[in-house]
Amino acid sequence: MPYALCFLLFMLGLYCAVVKKNMVKIVIGIMVMEYAVNLFLIMLGYRSGGTAPIIGQGQLEAGMEQFISSSVDPLPQALVLTAIVISLGSLALMISICIRTYEKYGTFDITQIRRLKG
Amino acid sequence: MRIPLPLFIAVPLVMAFLLPMFGRKGKTAATVLANLVTVSLLVFAVASIGKTEVYEIGKWSIPLGINLVLDGLSSLLLLVISVVSAAAMLFSARYMEQYTAKTKYLSLFLLMVAGMNGVVLSGDIFNLFVFLEIASLASYALVGFGCEHEELEASFKYMVLGTIASIIILFAIALIYGNTGTLNMAYISEAIQNSGLNAGLKFALALFIAGFGLKAAIVPFHAWLPDAHPSAPAPISAMLSGVLIKTLGVYALARVIFNIFGVSVSIGWLLIVLGLLSMVAGAFLAIGQWDLKRLMAYSSISQIGYVILGIGLGATLIARGANLAWASLAILGGLFHLVNHALYKSLLFLTSGSVEMSTGTRQMKQMGGLAEKLPLTRATCTVASASIVGIPPFSGFWSKLILIIAAVQAQFYWIAAIIVFVSLCTLIMYLKVQRYVFLGELPENLRQAKENKGSMLVAMVFLACLCALMGLLVLVPGLKQAILDPAVKVLTDGLRYSANVIGM
Repeated sequence: MPYALCFLLFMLGLYCAVVKKNMVKIVIGIMVMEYAVNLFLIMLGYRSGGTAPIIGQGQLEAGMEQFISSSVDPLPQALVLTAIVISLGSLALMISICIRTYEKYGTFDITQIRRLKG
Repeated sequence: MRIPLPLFIAVPLVMAFLLPMFGRKGKTAATVLANLVTVSLLVFAVASIGKTEVYEIGKWSIPLGINLVLDGLSSLLLLVISVVSAAAMLFSARYMEQYTAKTKYLSLFLLMVAGMNGVVLSGDIFNLFVFLEIASLASYALVGFGCEHEELEASFKYMVLGTIASIIILFAIALIYGNTGTLNMAYISEAIQNSGLNAGLKFALALFIAGFGLKAAIVPFHAWLPDAHPSAPAPISAMLSGVLIKTLGVYALARVIFNIFGVSVSIGWLLIVLGLLSMVAGAFLAIGQWDLKRLMAYSSISQIGYVILGIGLGATLIARGANLAWASLAILGGLFHLVNHALYKSLLFLTSGSVEMSTGTRQMKQMGGLAEKLPLTRATCTVASASIVGIPPFSGFWSKLILIIAAVQAQFYWIAAIIVFVSLCTLIMYLKVQRYVFLGELPENLRQAKENKGSMLVAMVFLACLCALMGLLVLVPGLKQAILDPAVKVLTDGLRYSANVIGM
């Protein structure tokens, strides 16, 4: 069920990016897609009632097997951190291109920004 | 001697962050340094030919750490990237004087080169995604570098589609991690061989084809390319059309399909159909264009179709269990066409930059008779046109010949017929370029046009010589065995890739 909702979020973002005519809304749609994928990655490593995969005082008393089977997978979290940094970079670039375009054309409406065709 | 693989990524990356510090006064020094970097990368790439190596970053052994893998296919792509980037960098030394903020341009250029080298060398699929994003972000910024109306519009379009492609690729990587529990390409491949393809992995493969297809501008995904490539400054158009769509699109797609998932007949046919569609649609759309660079951009779509066709033909033949020599020939044709296209398309974009700098326009209807004003640009453009059309002894002839022989040998006569037909369409478009740009009457306002000298000329002549000599790469057996055969073998070996990497 959470996976289906996550996929729905992805599709909503894609819909927004494809259908909307305002440049800023397109950027928002793309970011919703990005977050849906991040959420999917986090859910892959999630385990309800799990603990952080850090060996602290008394953690190993119940044995290594017990520790491994109760801790969450840390790798997807590292991946999501990287993905968030990358999406921050592309968000900044996209927004700055939007601002420069607005300065030139005086509108955010992509139906009026069409000098390139053919 | 072992080649330290991280140098391919570290040298341009460090330089990219150092160069903006030079500011406006140190422009000349920055240009010289950037050229030194690209030339030294070319030397490294030549030294890496014929070697296979695995480098473990930080001495963490796989699958715990991240590894860089150099094999035949990687070293072929590294060689192409470094040749084209050295020529484009030399060209921009003079061409980019007309723009402000040259040091920022040089920095973004090197960042793009670092990203592409990383994509080619990475042995870890998430790492591949990170480098792919580095190269893409630098290219989005470079497309909009002029900051005029058209450039910003093209950059936004390219950025929206490129970011969607990246997100799709990330989604596919997440699915793969969920199904196999590892991110190392060799271990993913091993896990897939043990467990077989389930529904999640099939969905991931479909997402990979869509994502890398968007990056490679194969036909149903091509809408951004004819806007983005012409809007960039000429050396960047040369880089984008010459190598970026190939490393981020074709190389990554081939690596994922052949070495990770393994080929199947249906995937092979999908690639053949996509390749044929791109060839035909790109060629038809290109003939009607009157903007010089836009015509060349459409012809890039058509030419990338040849590469995809060759690889798809090979995949189908391998999956059918047909004669392996036939499949090798088809893949050889595809990869050799990739190399040739990188050289002649970057040369064509450089000549278009030279024409644009001399005349101030890209519209073919406003030009004419430039043959007497720009004799050397005209000569190099003719060499490149002859190569792309496939006139012997220039480079394009040999790769198209190999593709046709491969298609006939596998008894796909209709594919061979389409290859010849698209070559004729290509002939029409480049005759149009010659006729309207270089022949005919010289318009009144272009009487003052001057030939561009210095580094621009050196770069164009360098690439033109390579285009003329490229046939030697298949005709001289020693060169073929050293450069092309190892790359073909990586793809025909298919799933043995994982055993090779883990064993090293």
